[in-house]
Amino acid sequence: MLLTLLLAVALAAIRLRDLLGVVMLFSIYSLLTAAVFMDLDAVDVAFTEAAVGAGVSTILLLASLRLVGRHEKPHRHNPLLPLLVVGVTGAALIYGMSDAPLLGDPGAPAQLHVAPEYLEQAPEATGVPNVVTAVLASYRGYDTLGETVVVFTAGLAVLLLIGVGAAAPRADFGSPGDRMVQRHVVKSLVPYVLLFALYVQFHGDFGAGGGFQAGVIFAAGLVLYDMAFGQSPTRQVIPARHLLRLGALGVLIYGGVGFYSLLSGKAYLDYSALAPDPVHGQHLGILLVELGVGLAVFSVIMLIYLAFSSRRVQQ
Amino acid sequence: MLLAALLAIFVSMMLILVRAFAGPSVCDRVLAVNMFGTKTVLIIAVGGHALGWTSYVDVALLYAMLNFVGTIAVLRFFESTLQEPPA
Amino acid sequence: MSLLLDILSGLCLAAGSLLCITGGIGLLRLPDFFCRLHAASINETLGTPLILLGLVLQTGFELTSAKLILIALFILATNPTATHAMSRAALHAGEKPVGDGHAQEESSSKP
Repeated sequence: MLLTLLLAVALAAIRLRDLLGVVMLFSIYSLLTAAVFMDLDAVDVAFTEAAVGAGVSTILLLASLRLVGRHEKPHRHNPLLPLLVVGVTGAALIYGMSDAPLLGDPGAPAQLHVAPEYLEQAPEATGVPNVVTAVLASYRGYDTLGETVVVFTAGLAVLLLIGVGAAAPRADFGSPGDRMVQRHVVKSLVPYVLLFALYVQFHGDFGAGGGFQAGVIFAAGLVLYDMAFGQSPTRQVIPARHLLRLGALGVLIYGGVGFYSLLSGKAYLDYSALAPDPVHGQHLGILLVELGVGLAVFSVIMLIYLAFSSRRVQQ
Repeated sequence: MLLAALLAIFVSMMLILVRAFAGPSVCDRVLAVNMFGTKTVLIIAVGGHALGWTSYVDVALLYAMLNFVGTIAVLRFFESTLQEPPA
Repeated sequence: MSLLLDILSGLCLAAGSLLCITGGIGLLRLPDFFCRLHAASINETLGTPLILLGLVLQTGFELTSAKLILIALFILATNPTATHAMSRAALHAGEKPVGDGHAQEESSSKP
């Protein structure tokens, strides 16, 4: 049922020529994907998908659409060759996947060996009830370090290519009284959004949440502030030169925890070196690592948003 | 009763999607997306309660916030391009 | 007592769902953007907190119901703001209400 809706939205998004409408349809698409994930009982993934896909991705796409124009230019190439390539690749992928176990198959190797061990041992071994956070931050800590560094590199690339620039005053249409309602409502709502971000960050040990989602929500709160008040007040709250340092601090915290474990004589990112009791060490390590991830994600998203929205539209 | 509410919300989501696909202007599509977001919050809340999902309230609260931020973002962008003649 | 709560919760859920469907139908049938905005937004701003109140009455006094009340308050605060912003943006963009001396062919001049 949800997958049919997904297909319908995807087809409509392809057919539409007005890119603003396409962005709207993509936001609905992300939402439906989040609902599919909830249906599969994967709450953390649904959380992240809703936050990133339907929230921040839409905002960043809109900020870039403002720069490149709203309507898709007509195609000049023959669509037959790309269709052939896509068809052949898709067929090869489906043929290759035909040997893989079905979704949720209890006889699959991942379900027989790895998953039961994680599910049984994670809460006692790490002191964290939420198995997803334990797996993300401790059992698969290297992967998450790689993801954090990738996010930070994206921010670096945007800075190198575009640069954050000075705060360009956006033309504010209408009288100043236009924004009065929005400003009052936003001013009273932003603290609660930021509070919710902090709650998600630290509650990720027990419920759905964690560093990625918290960073995204924090950035969304500040983007809301920017929407209502303009760029100069936002840059006074968060100066752009501090953003990259915050991101670097996030990655440094993550890598630093690993180095501390190395210096204590254990393996890199072995959190049991952080405290006399291994379980407390694991818990502390997960907390620190999630903090690093949250800082890095927040600063990179704010950086990219400020970089896009401060460029002047070329006439 | 919960299942009836779930069905009703799903029916209204269909109706909103029809408007999102066929809205003659972009304003209609923005309205449709905003409403769809609120209906999603409802489906997650009611569905989570009825089907016994874990931690569904956090996702619903998150999505209510992001829906608002997204709509305000589209409208800020929208104002600054619809003043010029469309390309 | 629990029977009373069940009945109240059922009433809230029923009223909320009715409002949601009415909003959806209004979105499809009304002739003009401003009419649709009016119908959709009013129905939704009342319907959503009603449904969430129905859920709260069923759940009892827990953390989950406190968060549900928070969602309801948030929707009550932000939905009217979004409606105001949408109507103002549409006005700047040149949408004219039906019955303002303009015929209904304004929809054909939109992209």
